[in-house]
Amino acid sequence: MSRNLLLRTPQHVLTGALAIVFLFPLAWASVASVSPQAGTAQTDGWGLGNYQTLADYQAGIGQYLFNSTLVSTLTVLFTLTVSVLGGYAFAMFRFPGRNVLFLLTLAILMVPYATLLIPLYVLLNELGLQNSLIGLALVLAMFQLPFGTLMMRVSFEAVPTELREAALIDGCGSVRALRLVLLPAVKPGLITVGLFAFLAAWNDFITPLVLISDSDKVPLPLAVANLRGQVMGIVDYGATEAGVVVLALPCVLLFLALQRHYVRGFMSGALKG
Amino acid sequence: MSPTPTLAAPPGDVAREGGRRPRRPLRRSPALTGWAYAAPTAIFVLIFFVVPFLLVGRMSVSDWGLFAGNRGWNAPENFTSAMDDRMFWPAVWFTLKYTVVTTVILLGLSLGLALIVQESTRWNGLLRTAFLVPGALGLASASLLFYALYSPQASPLGFLGIDSFLGTPSAALWSTVALIVWRFAGFYMLLVLVGLQGISGDVYEAARLDGAGRWQVFRYVTLPLLRPSLALCTILCVTGSMLAFDQFYILTKGGPDNSTVTIVQLVYNMAFGGQNDLGRAAALSILVLVALLVVNALQFRNLRGREG
Repeated sequence: MSRNLLLRTPQHVLTGALAIVFLFPLAWASVASVSPQAGTAQTDGWGLGNYQTLADYQAGIGQYLFNSTLVSTLTVLFTLTVSVLGGYAFAMFRFPGRNVLFLLTLAILMVPYATLLIPLYVLLNELGLQNSLIGLALVLAMFQLPFGTLMMRVSFEAVPTELREAALIDGCGSVRALRLVLLPAVKPGLITVGLFAFLAAWNDFITPLVLISDSDKVPLPLAVANLRGQVMGIVDYGATEAGVVVLALPCVLLFLALQRHYVRGFMSGALKG
Repeated sequence: MSPTPTLAAPPGDVAREGGRRPRRPLRRSPALTGWAYAAPTAIFVLIFFVVPFLLVGRMSVSDWGLFAGNRGWNAPENFTSAMDDRMFWPAVWFTLKYTVVTTVILLGLSLGLALIVQESTRWNGLLRTAFLVPGALGLASASLLFYALYSPQASPLGFLGIDSFLGTPSAALWSTVALIVWRFAGFYMLLVLVGLQGISGDVYEAARLDGAGRWQVFRYVTLPLLRPSLALCTILCVTGSMLAFDQFYILTKGGPDNSTVTIVQLVYNMAFGGQNDLGRAAALSILVLVALLVVNALQFRNLRGREG
């Protein structure tokens, strides 16, 4: 026992220190965002001054938050709708072209986003969706389809056959069976897919960088990145930290609240490799 | 699409199809109903994946300007001129170097972390959460955070005695690697943990009965049985690193002296960063696609070959 304790105490100290190293950048950003920053425009003491600078920036933080929220919400909606219907089709029905379509959906994973963004830029221009948050959300949802469709297919397949049959015997059509019986049964899958789609859309950088050129239509990550060195290479680090906090806060809170789903979603992807 | 590693596709999923028990159709015309449900997927995949995929091929053999549009065929000029670009080989070399460094460090660290926190205790649960929280941030947010963390004016890291985190080519590389390790170590730790939990206790017991010490158990039992998990981590990490963009775009903009221009950054520069040559960028991005497919094919063979 005492030998065990001797071995364990240094290990606890070491891992505790490691955990502090991992948490330090986030803690520092939170503190720095409300502190006066030396060598930047913001020098009037502790407080929300950095957030004020961020709010004053060009179109303003309200606009950027609106852009990000709209794009993320639309992406989640598109991803869930298409993944649920597709997952249901792949899990429950046999139809010609089924395997080809499923493989094509998964093939999205094999093609780097850099390869697709160049033609998508041209295509969205042709479709009149350039500079449009809806166009951006459609593209982001497409990138979520492999995981979403796979996750929903597996979720529907895991529902006991008896449950489906009971719904049929009670006279449900496939739509009512989906809505009343199957959707409640796959709720964990829905949450996971929705969570991943939200985080991906909220955090995405390169897609709006390529597809959105109006400065008042960019989502928050681009707006915060644009704070750097626009004028004579002067960087407002305080406002940047404030932006990072606004960007990170919903993600960290969502992660802590839905940690189990997050871990499960990640593992269900991993286990199949 | 963030450069977070994409979750791997299940290679066995479709092949399994044949052996499945016959499914009772929900309706009299299941084929038609099935297509009705699959239609949104088909439309999405067709418009936003298949069409762009064909289009990028077409663009790669055309003289295609950002504003001018298609000015006719020019095959294979885009490919040769993309490879003749002054930055092509430096970017390939830098991307490879970055990929190797990142993969080796991330794999080693996440294996270590997973071994430390593998037992399910409350303390370990807290540690796991601490290691995982950075993974909740977007790569761009994390890069912006580290951009300030590394700044000469605002940095709290003065005690490390480093003059410039991003000012020299090697400092810029290692500073970016530190950011990526911080952001992804928890992710890969989780993957290794899944692998560790898949190893049955009996195996360890048998090894101990045979008189194996801690190191021997790790070397001859844990490590070989973890091989699939570690191989998967490698594939995800290599793929993610080969496509690195956000972190360098935000932290270094490719500098100093173009020393941190990655291949995807070069694609971006050719298309939108001043050269406005979409055709050449399309050709280069197809080379990226081919390289990625080759690397992944090799790794998948490795993953499957050693498993059985």
